[in-house]
Order: sequence, then structure tokens, then C-alpha cells
Amino acid sequence: MDLALISAAVIALGVLVYIVLDGFDLGIGVLFAVAPDADARATMMNSIAPVWDGNETWLILGGAVLFAAFPLAYAVALPALYIPLMLMLFALIFRGVSFELRFKAANPRPWDFAFAIGSTVAAFMQGAMLGGLVAGIKVEHNAFAGGPFDWLTPLAVAAGLGVVAGYALLGACWLVLKTEGHLQARARVWGRWLVAAVLAAMGVVSLITPLDHPQVAARWFSGLNFVYLAPVPLAALAVAFLVWRGLGQGWERTPFFLAALLFLLGYAGIAISLWPHIVPYALTIWAAAAPPSSQVFTLAGVAVSLPMIAIYTIYAYRVFRGKVGAEGYHAH
Amino acid sequence: MDLDATTLARVQFAFTIGFHILFPTLTIGLGVFLVGVEALWLKTKKPVYFRLYRLWAKIFALGFGMGVVSGIVLSYQFGTNFSRFSEITGPVLGPLLSYEVLTAFFVEAGFIGVMLFGWKKVGPRLHFLATCLVAIGTLNSAFWILAANSWMQTPQGAALIGGRFVPEDWWAIVFNPSFPYRLAHMVLASFLTVSFVVAGTSAWYLLKRRHEEIARRGFSLGLGAAAILAPLQIFAGDLHGLQVRETQPMKVAAMEALWTTTRGAPFVIFAIPDAAAERNRFEIAIPFAGSLILTHSLSGEVKGLKEAKPGDRPPVIWVFTTFRLMVGIGFFMLAVALFGIWQRWRKRFYTSRLLMRLAVACVPLGFVAVIAGWMTAEIGRQPWTVYGLLRTADSVSPVPAAAVATTLVLFIVVYIFLFGAFLYFVDRLIKKGPDEAELPPHAPEAMHGARPALVVESGPTSEKAR
Repeated sequence: MDLALISAAVIALGVLVYIVLDGFDLGIGVLFAVAPDADARATMMNSIAPVWDGNETWLILGGAVLFAAFPLAYAVALPALYIPLMLMLFALIFRGVSFELRFKAANPRPWDFAFAIGSTVAAFMQGAMLGGLVAGIKVEHNAFAGGPFDWLTPLAVAAGLGVVAGYALLGACWLVLKTEGHLQARARVWGRWLVAAVLAAMGVVSLITPLDHPQVAARWFSGLNFVYLAPVPLAALAVAFLVWRGLGQGWERTPFFLAALLFLLGYAGIAISLWPHIVPYALTIWAAAAPPSSQVFTLAGVAVSLPMIAIYTIYAYRVFRGKVGAEGYHAH
Repeated sequence: MDLDATTLARVQFAFTIGFHILFPTLTIGLGVFLVGVEALWLKTKKPVYFRLYRLWAKIFALGFGMGVVSGIVLSYQFGTNFSRFSEITGPVLGPLLSYEVLTAFFVEAGFIGVMLFGWKKVGPRLHFLATCLVAIGTLNSAFWILAANSWMQTPQGAALIGGRFVPEDWWAIVFNPSFPYRLAHMVLASFLTVSFVVAGTSAWYLLKRRHEEIARRGFSLGLGAAAILAPLQIFAGDLHGLQVRETQPMKVAAMEALWTTTRGAPFVIFAIPDAAAERNRFEIAIPFAGSLILTHSLSGEVKGLKEAKPGDRPPVIWVFTTFRLMVGIGFFMLAVALFGIWQRWRKRFYTSRLLMRLAVACVPLGFVAVIAGWMTAEIGRQPWTVYGLLRTADSVSPVPAAAVATTLVLFIVVYIFLFGAFLYFVDRLIKKGPDEAELPPHAPEAMHGARPALVVESGPTSEKAR
């Protein structure tokens, strides 16, 4: 049994769930900047207040399982991404405390501002880190050997903007699902613009990566690979079109799930490009894997816990299902 | 101090983890307190318990939020600041932290929404279950993080092969020699701290003659719990001390500022240890008391710092001072709790203003003792990250000192600001007090109890009901 492969699959799943779940609540924060009024901001906040904390836990899971199963990757990639990672953490601190403090402050505006900026910076830095990874990390003797700003490339900026747009798209689709009336109508308009922005960013990343990295170009274009792999970008285009159309047609629930599917396809595209590296293009998942005893112990915990986590997470979402208004859970 | 990358990385980690531990200290104890109060509410149906729950749940929520955001930082800081350490110990510590996420963070995050916002969404039993699960989550978190940290103090069950620890026996790793003592010591510390937070806040209300019903109940519950917990904590601390003497003799030598191995060692009350001269200045000591405390025998042998090479000794003055601060606070709390029993016996419990003032003074002391105790434990482990096996100097990341210094300054600025905001809002919540008009849920009237919309811009009507 290939333990490294299973551990990599668990991390990939955790990161995917994180992207979709925290993606929509970070996206709500990005959209705070264009929210029409205080009522809309209160409604937007109420739509995520009971669930955001669980969503963010998937980020900690990703960090912890990476540390457990691929300690070498954790030890190489984190110093390489030191600056964007720290900026993301600061941004998450500000947006995280805003949830509690905006409802307790006499004037919520400073906290709304912190929430919007924090969410946007966190989303951008996550994209920039992804871009930094895709661009490759300089490794010598199993340690990061580059400079503190190596990650800052045009690719990182494009990926950062793409993730901001993508999270905002998920947030807009979440608002279509959870709100009604004026705000929902706005969210539909935002969503349609954001689909275009996401596609543009995906296009730029898809162009730069194979041009910069022959091995990525070979993965996609050598032999018949393109024929086998073409369904991924084609499906992404089709799904993007459906999200755009659904938002215009008055669909309520489907756009959110389609937007999540769009993320899944983009994610699959990056996975195809990088496979089997966990630190591109220096360490494969097997080179970075922890000893089997570590992986077996971690995976046993994951196998027992994840199904339970899935059940009670779905339960928590069901408790707070349905449309929300400005008068939220905080106003008992 | 030599501000190289190693020192900066350590200062940064110490600062962020020291800031973080304040909030779990609050929420571990408060989570259990909320379980107790909600159980009393369900059993007696007395609104006083419901109001106590609502008041302290708000403070729990603030502390929890601060704990989450400052905790996420830590889960990545191992890698950013101590990448060599991460690479070498990841196979042991990574799985323990993964179990913490799986059995603690997800459970807490999954049910805190129901606990805080679900009063009208779920029935009373389900709500109580949510409160219990959040409390269990906080305790699970303490279990795994103490297992990980204790393994760094008393490592076993893993072999250092090819530049990394390879786990051989997970039971031995988790239940390493110092773990049971340290888990008990930390959980009791949290309970004791929160007992005084509740008692002291209630005492403040009593002094101001406000919210007297819930204040009397909180004062009685808090000081009652402290009277049990303070002696228990001193007992647990003593047991822990006996164990540290066996496994980390240099830590104990630093705690006692004992330079030469001695039978019948004195207990040093005050001294300024001088590491260069290998002796203490201005020492005031009780003969034989050190051996009595550490070995439970007047002639017991206590190892001195000179047993280790100068480079292998912890920074004595820090360990010595922080240990005394922690112990001093512990005995002061015991004295206040005993005074509470005395006043109860004299039927002056709710009228003794001295007792109330003492309880108010104790509110921050538990947190100070926790920080001091962790400093004793962590500085006392130096110069090792994994005791005896991996040196701190061999643990840090290849990140430039300038980058670490910049983020350190940012952390200090941001955390001071956050701490100020936290204290400001806790202060406001406490000054506002419980909402006496609020009706308990699951009564017909409660369905109409919702307040007008949440704030539209600022103004006199913007006081939120939460």
C-alpha cells in the first residue's frame, strides 16, 4: 500500500474542502467592500457567523497533516513562503476577530473594514503562495535555499488575483443561496462579473506555467496527453458558462455548487501540472514522506474522525439552513 | 542580548505562544464551568443559571475567537521559524497535532455555533450536548498539546534514525513520563484561573451592588471551586516536581538556583543567580527545605547546575524567578480560598468586603501564574528543544534575521492592539452585565423576545443586544 499517496490524497481533500468552505466566507469578506449598506453587511455576516470557524479548521488540518505526513515538505515550503504566509496569518487574525467584535462594538465600521481588508489579503496571499509553489522552490540539501522574495513573481500575482476573484465568486453564489431580495439581486450581478475574472486568471496561469516550466508543458502536451487531459479545461469552460447563465436565470442553489466544481477543476489542473511533487519541482511525495509508523498512526485517526466530522459539520449547516436576514443570531 | 536569527525566532515563538495560551487557559476552564451552569439550569429551571450561562458564554466566545486566530499562527510557525526542528520531529509531533485538530478543533468549531447561536434553533438537550462537546473539545486540545510538549521534555518511544525521529511506540510517545503530571497541572491551572475569574467578577458586582442574584451565585461557585482546586493544584505541582527531578535534573537545579550537588539542599527564597560566577548573590534560604520539597526527605540529594557543562545549562535567573512567581501566586490563591471558607463559616461570606477585594485582585493572577509556569518549563528545557537530543540552535529555519525581526515587531504591535480590544470588550460585557430582562428559551414568551434589527450605523440605538 502506498502510504505517501494516501496521505497526499488526504491533504489534497482537506485543502479542497478548505478552499470551498473558507473560500465562500473569505469571499463574503472580499465582497464587503462593495456591499451597498449596513443592513447588507449585517446580513452577509450573519450568513457565515455560525460556520466560519469550522471552515477555517480545515486550514489547520492541512498544516497539521502536512507536518505529520510530509515533515520535509513542511520544513522546506514554509520558510520559502515565509512572507506571504505571515501576511495571510495576520490578515486572518484581523478578519477572525471582526466576527465577534463588530457585533459588540458601538460602531462596527472599523471592524467591517478590518474584515474586508483581512479577507481580501488572506485570499490574495493564499493565491500568491499557490503561485509561488507552481513557480517552483529552490532546494539544496533538503532545505530552502532561495531568498525571502522568491515567491513574488507575475505568476504569483495572477494566482493571487485569481483566488480573490474565485473566493468572491463563491461568496456571491453563497449569498444567492442564503439571501433574498435586493442583496440577492446584487450578488447575481457580482457573480457574473466574477466568473469572467476567474476565467481570465485561470487562463493567465495556464499560459505562464507551461511556458516557464518545460516539464509542465510536457505533462500537458507530449504525445496523446493533451487528448486525455483536454476534458479538464473544457469542463472548466462549460461549468463557468453554466455558473454565468445560472446566475442570470434565477437559479438559487446550483450556482454555488457549480462554482465549487469550477474550483475543483482548476485544482485538478494544478495537480496534473505538479504531480508527483509536493514541493515543486524538488521534492516528490515519496521523497518528503514521514516514516510509515507516523503515516499509519495519522491515517488511522483521519479514517475514524473524518466521517464523524463530515456528519456533524453537515448537521451544523442544517441547523442554520434557510435564508438569513439582517437581524441575526447575535440579536437575541 | 545577541539578536541573531535563533534568538529572534525563539522570542517570536515565545511571544506568540505566550499570548495564545492565555485564551485556552480561559476557555478550558470556562467551557467546563458553562457545562456545570447549564446542567444546573436544566435541573433547577432557575433563571439565575440561564443568565450566568449567557453572560459567561459571551466571554467564552470572545476568548475562543482570540484563541482560534492566535492558534492558527502557531500551527504554521513550527515550519516558518523552526524548520529544522519540524523536519526532525515532524514524524512524532505532526501526528499528535493532527489528532488535536481532528478531536479538538473540529469538535469545538462544529458545535460552538450551536452553543452560541442555537438557543432557538435546537431543543434544550441538544443545546446542552453542544456545550458538553465544546468543553470536551477544549480538554482534548489540552491532552494532545501537552502530550506533544511533554514528549519534547521527556522524549521516548522514537529512535533518531537518519536525521529524524522514527516513531516506534505511540503509546510510549503519548504517555511519556512527564505527560500525566503536566496535563493535570495545566488543566487544574485553567480551572483554578477561571474559578477566580468568575469569583472576582462576581465580587466586583457585589462590591458595586449590581446583579446581586447572579453575583452571589457566581461568587459562591467560584470560591467554592477554588477551595478544592487550589490545594489539589499544589499537590499536583509537588508530584510534578518530584518527576522533573528524575527526568530533567538541570531544570530543577535552575528552578532552585542550586549550583553544587547537595544533600539536604536549602530552599532559596530570594537570590540573584550569577551564571558567570556560578553562585548566588544576596541569597536568603531556608536550610534543608529544598531537599524536603523536592525529595520529601531532609537529606535527599539535589543535583546542582555544575553537573552540566556551562553550555548545557538553562538560563538560571529566568527559570528561578518565574518558578517563584508561579508558586507564590498558587499559595496566595490558596490563602484567599481558605479565607473564603473561614468567612463562610463565620456567615460573613457575602458581606466581607476584604474577601471580595481579594477575589477581584485574583482575577489576572491565574494567567500570570500560567505564563510564569510555562516559562519555567520551556526555558528550563534549554538549550534543548527535544531534551537531551536536539539543540535549539540546530532547530531554526534558514530565514534571514531581518524577516523574523520584522514579523516579530508586527506580532507585537498587532497582539498588543488585539489584547487591548479584547480587554476593552470583556470590560464592556462585564460592566453591562447579564441581561436581566432576557427570557430563557423554550418558553412561549421567548419566541417574541427578539430585538430590533442589529444596528443600522452608529447612534444611540446601536447598543447590540448580544
